[in-house]
Amino acid sequence: MAKVPVQFTLNGAEKAEFIDSGTTLLHALRDKIGDTSPKGGCHQGTCGACSVIIDGELRLSCLTLAEACNGATIITTSGLSERGVLHPLQRAFLDAFATQCGFCTPGMIMAAKVLLDHTPNPSREDVVEALSGNICRCTGYEPIIQAVLTAARSNSQNAA
Amino acid sequence: MELRKSYFADQRKDDLHEIGQPRPRSDSPGHVTGKTTYFADRNFPGMLHLKMVRSPHHHARIRSIDTSEAEKHPGVVKVLTAKDVPHNVYTILILIQIGPEDETVLADGKVRWKGEAVVAVLAETERAAQEAAAKVKVDYEVLPAVFDMDEALKPGAPIVNEYHGRNYYLYDSGECRKVRFGDVEAGFAEADHVLEQAYQSSPIEHAPTETTGCIVAPEGNDRFTCYTNTQAMFFTLDNASIILQMPGNKLHFVGGTVGGGFGGKVDVIVEPIAILGAKLTGRPVCFIYSREEEMQISSPRAAETVVIKDGVMNDGRIVARKVTGHTDAGAYSRHSPYGAQKGAGHYPGPYTIPNVWIDTYCVYTNRTPSSAMRGFGVTIGDFALEVQMDKLARLIGMDPLEFRFLNAYRDGDMKAHRQPTEGAALIECMQEASRAANWPVAEQFMAISSYAKGA
Ligand code: FES
Ligand code: FES
Repeated sequence: MAKVPVQFTLNGAEKAEFIDSGTTLLHALRDKIGDTSPKGGCHQGTCGACSVIIDGELRLSCLTLAEACNGATIITTSGLSERGVLHPLQRAFLDAFATQCGFCTPGMIMAAKVLLDHTPNPSREDVVEALSGNICRCTGYEPIIQAVLTAARSNSQNAA
Repeated sequence: MELRKSYFADQRKDDLHEIGQPRPRSDSPGHVTGKTTYFADRNFPGMLHLKMVRSPHHHARIRSIDTSEAEKHPGVVKVLTAKDVPHNVYTILILIQIGPEDETVLADGKVRWKGEAVVAVLAETERAAQEAAAKVKVDYEVLPAVFDMDEALKPGAPIVNEYHGRNYYLYDSGECRKVRFGDVEAGFAEADHVLEQAYQSSPIEHAPTETTGCIVAPEGNDRFTCYTNTQAMFFTLDNASIILQMPGNKLHFVGGTVGGGFGGKVDVIVEPIAILGAKLTGRPVCFIYSREEEMQISSPRAAETVVIKDGVMNDGRIVARKVTGHTDAGAYSRHSPYGAQKGAGHYPGPYTIPNVWIDTYCVYTNRTPSSAMRGFGVTIGDFALEVQMDKLARLIGMDPLEFRFLNAYRDGDMKAHRQPTEGAALIECMQEASRAANWPVAEQFMAISSYAKGA
């Protein structure tokens, strides 16, 4: 099969790969580039485990073609902590016991980050809405919602 | 949360440092940074992908299997059928002497449920494996199927599983697990009221976010490393060793990181065939369920029916309880004979009843094999028992919590299956629940303890 070149910025680093045309971004990230933080829970757009941020927007990497990401800026959960210091969302998920098996966590954090980037002081309803595309089978969601609200509060305190 | 010092004061140590203290989970830092390594986060050069050809019928004889077109498909490396599996007929509980072996790794001559594995295709890419699987031709003669436990137990019903020869599991106690305690009929005769109710449940899927799967890598020395998300590591290793007729020291299992299990990952389903594929091709093999397979193929919690007949006195004492439970194993045993047996031990509930009669059956139907899920064998039973307790309380006009206090088991009480009660804490839990829920009960119930009566 003919290979196509793709090039994008992943968590601040330039990446270039030759891939099979039709390869999903999830597959390219995990199996070509080696960033396994996006997870494949369904490969059909229903679980949210593969969520990543493309040019500031929340996207499902299992439904995104890698070749459509040429020139894009992509962020994944593995790129959030800086020099070992956790992002406020990561800290809040840790402190609020918002992870159990952890399989949904990277996707949840992506969805929460896009929410807080757009809406720094979300209501509980905003959080529920923002996470509505992400399935968690373990936690019952409540600790995750609390973690996102806590992260929002700590962000606004830092900003103040 | 506060731990009341008054409970079990003479048995307690109060120098505990951890209880009641929040402590970070050791696995969370990996989860929030995306660094936790699940089995599928590994990639090996030259890794093959395995796809299963599955039965479209609930019950059918296999007349022939033609894999020739599939084998010619570009990218296909190996196609496996029943004859390739060294010990194809197995049952997982054989490790604890619960037989007979009744399930095939790959179907041989017959399929007994819709979705049963028939042929395994290994190819360079997932897509090639999928396309080749669609080219396998299986000629089926469809047989009558049975989906309902009552129907399955009727004389003349189609036999689901010839390895049992009858549509129920034969225990050493006969057609069901039995508990007999006191004289249940005398109890009913003496009771002021008798209440008989039937309860039933449907299969329940665990739906873990990470689907079932494994990756197997040959180590180049006849040894194979299996990265798996099984919840039952050694159980899987030992069963794989039997199925593959390979000594355990040739199998190296790596796991423990599970993206949600809930009991759905304790069956030995993906590992043996993936190891076999790696052995026969010399290449790493990935076998991971699609979301559809996870929902349709992996074992659910069994459907159950529970009939409870109770004799109760106007003063609130339950004097007789008779329970008949049926567990739908689907086409194969897996963990269900054990689940049904657990039910037999559990059914009187945490209550002391002088006259008890219990029968629990494990029944075979042409449904998806059921297996473990969170407290299987007792969870549905508890639902039925506690609904029944509420109904009994209503029947005699008693507060439902006080009714439970009155019948609660306490240390020293003999349970129906002849184990004396030790270390009971039901009364203390209910006292705390009464406070927490602001559901007051008579002072006398707040004054008793689980210690032996009169002590
Ligand atoms: S894997 Fe993309 S939504 Fe489930
Ligand atoms: S923590 Fe397991 S799916 Fe969310």
